[in-house]
Formats: sequence, C-alpha cells, structure tokens
Amino acid sequence: MKTLSMPRPNLLTPILVVTALLLVVATAGVLFFLHVAQGPADSPLNVLFRWMPFILQGFLLNILMSVIAMILATVSGVILGFMQISDATIIRQPARFVTHLFRNSPWLVILFAIMLLVPFEISLPYFGVVMIPGWVKATIGFTLPVMANIAEILRGAVASISTGQWESAESLAFSRMQTMRHVILPQCVRRMLPSWMNWFALLTLMTPIAAILGVNEALGNTQAAMESAGSSPDLLIPFYLFLMSIFFIFIYPVSVCTKRLERRFATT
Amino acid sequence: MLEFTAPLFLSLQKATGLNFSPFFDEYDFGRLMTGLQTSLLLIVCVLVLSLVVGLLGAAAQRSRSRLLRFLVAAYIAVFRNTPPVVQLLFFYFGLGAFTPQIDMGGWYEPMISAFGWAVIALGIFGGSYNVEIFRAGIEAVPKTTSEATEALGFTPLQTFIHVTLPLALRFSLPSLASNLISLAKTTSIAYVIAVPEMTYALSGVWNDRLNVGEMMTLLFVYYIAVVAIIGAVMGQLERRLAVPGLGK
Repeated sequence: MKTLSMPRPNLLTPILVVTALLLVVATAGVLFFLHVAQGPADSPLNVLFRWMPFILQGFLLNILMSVIAMILATVSGVILGFMQISDATIIRQPARFVTHLFRNSPWLVILFAIMLLVPFEISLPYFGVVMIPGWVKATIGFTLPVMANIAEILRGAVASISTGQWESAESLAFSRMQTMRHVILPQCVRRMLPSWMNWFALLTLMTPIAAILGVNEALGNTQAAMESAGSSPDLLIPFYLFLMSIFFIFIYPVSVCTKRLERRFATT
Repeated sequence: MLEFTAPLFLSLQKATGLNFSPFFDEYDFGRLMTGLQTSLLLIVCVLVLSLVVGLLGAAAQRSRSRLLRFLVAAYIAVFRNTPPVVQLLFFYFGLGAFTPQIDMGGWYEPMISAFGWAVIALGIFGGSYNVEIFRAGIEAVPKTTSEATEALGFTPLQTFIHVTLPLALRFSLPSLASNLISLAKTTSIAYVIAVPEMTYALSGVWNDRLNVGEMMTLLFVYYIAVVAIIGAVMGQLERRLAVPGLGK
C-alpha cells in the first residue's frame, strides 16, 4: 500500500502540452510549405489568411451555441434527473422514456428532427409572427442529448451516495427534500463536475454538424470560403487543418482540466 | 416482405394519413434496405477497426520507446479534441484528393470510396477512446498476479498475453460497451460524405415524400434497436467472461 501513496511524476500534462504545440507547429509548417511552394498572391496560405476572420466569426457562433445549449441542458437535465428518481411512477416513467430516447439517438438524427419538425416561424400573441433562426433551433437540437445524459449523470451520482447518508439524515429527522438539498446534492455536485465538463467538450465538438442544415458556423463558413476562393483542392488540407486547430485550442484546456479533476476526485 | 406489409401500411395511411412509404413503395423499400445494409456494415467495420486501433495503441503505450508513447499520447489528444465531422471531411476531401484513382475501363474511381473513408476516419476516432479504456483495464489488473506468474517462471510477454490481457479485457468491458454504443451512433455523421447509411437513405425518402415525422420515428426506432443490440451483446459477453472472485 505504501507504493500507492508515493507521489508519481505527472508525465501526462507535459506530454499533452507538447502535443498541442506540435499540432500548431505542424499546421504552421504545412501552411509555410504551401506558401513557399506556390508563391504569393493566391497561395493557399494567403487565401486562408484572407478568410480567417470569416471562419473565426463562424467559430464564435459554435461557442455561443454550445454555451447556451449547455446552460439549457444543465437546467433541464437536473429537472429530468430529479423526475427520474421521483417516488411517483407517473413522473418517473415518462422521465425515463425521454432520457432513453435522447440518450440512444445520434446527435445528427435529433438535430434533423428539431430542424425539420419545429416550424421556422411562430405567431406569438403580442409579437406577431416571429422567425426562429436556424442556429436557435440547432441549439435546441444540441440541448436534448446533453440534457438526457446530464439527467443520467445526476441519477448515477445520487445512486452512488451510500445508503448510510440517507439513513443518518432520516435519523436526524430530515425530510426527503431536506436530505436531498443539504446532504445528497452537495456531494453529487463534486462527483458530477468532471462528466459535466466532459459533456461540454463533446457538445462543442458536435456543433459543426449544424453546418449540414445550413447554419453559418465555423464548418459552414470554411466550406463557403473555400468555394468562393475557387474550390481548388490545394485549399482543402490547410482550411480543414485550421478548423481542427481552432477547435483543439478551445477544447484541449477543458479536457485537461477534466482529467485533472477526475484524478483528484478519484483519490479522495 | 413488401406484399405482407403493404396492405397494412396502405390502410394505415388511408386511416390516419401516416405515410410510411418504405413499407409499401418498392423504390423506397429498396432505399430502406440499402440504408439498413450499409449502416449495419459500417457499424460493424467501424467498431472492429476501433477495437484493433485501441489494442495496438494500448500496447504501444506500454512500450519502452519514449517516442512511441509520445506519438500515442499525441494521437489521443488530437482525435479526442477535434470535431469528428471535421476529421471525416479532412480524411475524405483532404486526403481523398491525393489518393490514386483506379481505371475502371473508361471511367476512374478513387481507390478508397466514401464508405472506406468513413470506416477509416470513424475507426481512428473511436480508437482514440478505446486506447484509454484498454489502458485503464490493464492498470486495473492487480500487481499480485504478475508476481504470481513471475514465481511460476513466465516471461513478461507470456504474462502479458496469458494473464494480464485476458483480465484487462474483462475489466474494460463496461466502459468499452458504452464507448462502442456511442461510436455506433456517431456513424450517422457519415451522412456528410454521402455514405448511403440509414440517416442518408431516409433523408432521401423524406425529401421526396415529405413524410419527415414518420421517417424520423423510423430512425429513432432503428438507432434505439442498434443500441439495444450492442448493449445486449456486450452484457452477454460480460456475463460469459466473468471470472469468479474478481470484480463485483
């Protein structure tokens, strides 16, 4: 047992940081190579430079969609999770059904369902006819699978708290509500945090599929940019590499943090 | 099959207006069947490739060579932190533009089809998760077992093949099951490179017939069935392989 408590040198983080640097360097290297090989003016590098603001502008929409979807999913997922562990069958069964439906369907299918089945404009009592932009519908489409998974994470976290905690709270005359609020949930938040962050990363990595349905986010803008630049095959590798790098730079810190937290909570 | 379902679904359409055209229209039935076959084949190929990549990666992570371990870490970091859709497009358009073309006697076809690229890209993507899962499984094998095999005169390689690996595979089965399920669902993004799998096939149907709701229901049912089958197979495997006295 003594060997376990000995501090182990943390090799993973430096390795991963070097990886990140390597990716950036590799991208820069490829771009430079193409730049040198093709000469100036309409070399792929110059084209990419010209279109970079357009792609980054699309990427802002990706971040916006994932942040909004995450907030909505957290709120609705927690509610759904509580419905799943409710005492009343009439609440529990529908909640379970919804969770299973959205957990077991692919992102793309849910996105299609929301994009095609929700009307593109609705008439509200005081505002008249209101258009729903595509990205809002896409955000709802991304919310649903994350919501179902957060509900499942909450259920799992509550189930992982030992029965002794419930019993001792009961012996202190706590009601079920009070036990939940003051005893169970504070412990659940800690256990849920790494998976919650993991789902944020997964969600952000899935937002480019909104481009299939015509939302002008990073992937859609990249493809549009390549098309207006003459859709030459030389553009494909630098443009897609650039797109992968911006996602990597945004997501990588999140996943490193997740891993850190996971390890910290695993030991305590 | 069509002659059995056609009267039922035609009368359903007459009674309720629900248009499940693949069950009474021959052309749509053909599209559904193509979608089903392609989708199932794609799922099987992707899962197998991801398992192979995962095992190779986990083995490489244990090697003495620093470079090899670094490469595996880099591979995991890159493929887990970039969007799978962009990976797929990068493979198909970026690398596909440079693969040789084969003369088919009059016309040229790329050496690797869209289906092939989908298998490669998604297999490598899923493999990056499997490496970590297998590594965790190997780490979960108690140290005492390798001490015991050493006492029995096993070489390190023999220990790994006959003792560590079989136990590690059993330990990684639960998380492997959930990863394979999510990978099977991810195969639907092969839509972006026009692989005619289920999502693509049915989107063709609803574009022609405007029966989005019905086809969407069919898609949900299909994917839930796929998930249930993979879950059942993995659960069965877990029970069959359970070692008494280890785990729960």
